[in-house]
Amino acid sequence: MAAAPLTPDPATLLPSLEPVQLLDNQGVLHEVDGYPLDLKDEDFRNLYRFMVLARRVDKQGINLQRQGQLGVYASLLGQEAAQVGGAYALDEQDWVFPSYREMGAALVRGVDPGKILQLFRGTWLSDHDPHATHFGLLSIPIATQALHAVGFAMGAKLDGKDLVVMSYFGDGATSEGDAHEAMNFAAVYDAPCVFYVQNNQYAISVPLSKQTKAPTIAHKAVGYGMPGYRCDGNDVLASYAVAKQAVERARAGEGPSLIEAITYRMEAHTTADDPTRYRTAEELAEWNARDPIARFETFLTKEGLLDDAFRAQIDDEAKAYAARMREEIYDAPHGDPLELFEHVYVEPPASYDEQRALLRRELEAQ
Amino acid sequence: MAITMAQALNTALHDAMEADDKVVMFGEDVGTLGGVFRITDKLQERFGEKRCFDTPLAESGIVGTAIGMAMYGYKPVVEMQFDGFTYPAFEQIVSHLAKMPNRSRGTVQLPVVVRIPYGGGIGAVEHHSESPEAFFSHVAGLKIVSPGTPSDGYSLLRRAIDSPDPVIFFEPKRRYWLKEDAELPVTTEPFGTAVVRRQGTTATLLAYGPMVRTALDTAKAAEEEGWDLEVVDLRTLNPFDAKTVVASVAKTGHAVVIHEAQVFAGFGAEVAAQITERAFYDLEAPVLRVGGFDVPYPAAKLEEFFLPDTDRILDAVERSLSF
Ligand SMILES: Cc1ncc(C[n+]2csc(CCOP(=O)(O)OP(=O)(O)O)c2C)c(N)n1
Ligand SMILES: [Mg+2]
Repeated sequence: MAAAPLTPDPATLLPSLEPVQLLDNQGVLHEVDGYPLDLKDEDFRNLYRFMVLARRVDKQGINLQRQGQLGVYASLLGQEAAQVGGAYALDEQDWVFPSYREMGAALVRGVDPGKILQLFRGTWLSDHDPHATHFGLLSIPIATQALHAVGFAMGAKLDGKDLVVMSYFGDGATSEGDAHEAMNFAAVYDAPCVFYVQNNQYAISVPLSKQTKAPTIAHKAVGYGMPGYRCDGNDVLASYAVAKQAVERARAGEGPSLIEAITYRMEAHTTADDPTRYRTAEELAEWNARDPIARFETFLTKEGLLDDAFRAQIDDEAKAYAARMREEIYDAPHGDPLELFEHVYVEPPASYDEQRALLRRELEAQ
Repeated sequence: MAITMAQALNTALHDAMEADDKVVMFGEDVGTLGGVFRITDKLQERFGEKRCFDTPLAESGIVGTAIGMAMYGYKPVVEMQFDGFTYPAFEQIVSHLAKMPNRSRGTVQLPVVVRIPYGGGIGAVEHHSESPEAFFSHVAGLKIVSPGTPSDGYSLLRRAIDSPDPVIFFEPKRRYWLKEDAELPVTTEPFGTAVVRRQGTTATLLAYGPMVRTALDTAKAAEEEGWDLEVVDLRTLNPFDAKTVVASVAKTGHAVVIHEAQVFAGFGAEVAAQITERAFYDLEAPVLRVGGFDVPYPAAKLEEFFLPDTDRILDAVERSLSF
């Protein structure tokens, strides 16, 4: 008896063996079948601008932590291309559901980095309006936000809205049950969703080899019945082109995809971490040579898209961003303690009156 | 007309979906089958597969996607098939459903209802008879509701769906077939309003969900002893109606809290503390707690020895009165 054909055909879902790369390490552009670049000069400049801003803003985050202004900070250094390229593939009406490391994606979505840092300063648990920016709350419980992204996408689909949701998470997160449940739900409901995994090689100290036996993270997609993509996450053009394809697929009603952007976390996991305990200087040097910004700079210079005036303009913008972050964060007072009782319930219990009164007395006694 | 709790809940879901097309329903087997207890019976037929649908078998996925859909603007009402299978969703409920409105400074609202058939007394296999309400009562940001009568089943579920805050709705599964003469729709008091189900003077029995019926039966049996027991149905554990509880205890001077869950660190401990803090001088005896023993929920043939019943409650009343 002949076996019935499988749907979808697993062969059509498999990621390419080699990660998609458009810009090689020397900044030379290669065309890759199936990943046409639809970018204008202005877009190339914008991608560069977001990456440089992300790096500057990230450095400011680390500095503010060192100065005792932030309790902790999770750096994105080395992941600028992956983050910016992915988010740049989205349209205005689309949404991002981030983890805690997505300052680069936040910038692309127009979220004020100073607001993101309030979480790390401990001013409040979050300080940006997701509905105004289409950027969900930072999510620290690993992989949980992937389900919110899927639910949001299911809602949009039910409502007949043209809207794609991109969920960012890490290589470690792919081991969590919620990542599995999210990908499975999304596939079952054909939710307009893109799972964007930044494989930065580590989950704190644990390398990918201890996280999964799968050939690659992208291969997991096949098990859910959706396509998997792998790209060089240090190549902003590949990150963009692959994300664009997945976003267009979702927008066309063809369902979710899983992207594995292969990159590297150049900094410690957070400012509280000591990476010398689990990785070597050689490994770091190797990845340093694949810097996402340097290679794009070479390319843009060759194309005549990067002149001194533009560099100076971005530099000024980056400085202004950093200055504003310092201004907003430096010695920022903690929030009004009485606000603790706000926003927990729209209809708060009667006990809040007593507890608010207690706190007010304590404050007055100070 | 005599209606059952199950009919009341089903009608509430139906009426809520009719009243507001943002109300959507999903969970395991809730669509075609109408739920293992038929609480969502005919909803898919009436409102279509888009608004009432079966999900993959994944509780965290159900609650997590409900959060996303609520962020989008829907009002999801999701079902956990049984009490003991709520635990995979614990993280989504505790870390996100309860906290996101607060974390977002009110910019995100999550009008989600998580329905959980709970409690024992139906001879079920393990994991199908648990009372996990204390876990969730301990979480700020959630409202915790458990109806004891069909009328309340209807009205409280409608209120839960209308609530701008997330609600964990505990349905007393052994009372799904409990009947009451009532006309639907019916509107009972808002959340945070306990009700005195039976006036009495000797002692106060405090109960919710499945134990309301048991408490009323006990009060009836107590008449033989010459005791006139008052029965308070808490209805909502959060918000907690301290006023009604204290007024009753002030009248009787004796309080016995009843629930199916194990007594140690159960919700009864909270009720006892509330009474002690607010009505200490009205008390003529310590507040006593009656519940399941501090052991895992037992095999079906042993559950009658685990669950609180009239005898165990009357014994507690006697201890209180002779204190
Ligand atoms: C559910 C959960 N378990 C553990 C942690 C602690 N933790 C924070 S980050 C992290 C590693 C995550 O690694 P990965 O998903 O690869 O993301 P990356 O930090 O590399 O961006 C861990 C274990 C957590 N935040 N949430
Ligand atoms: Mg990682």
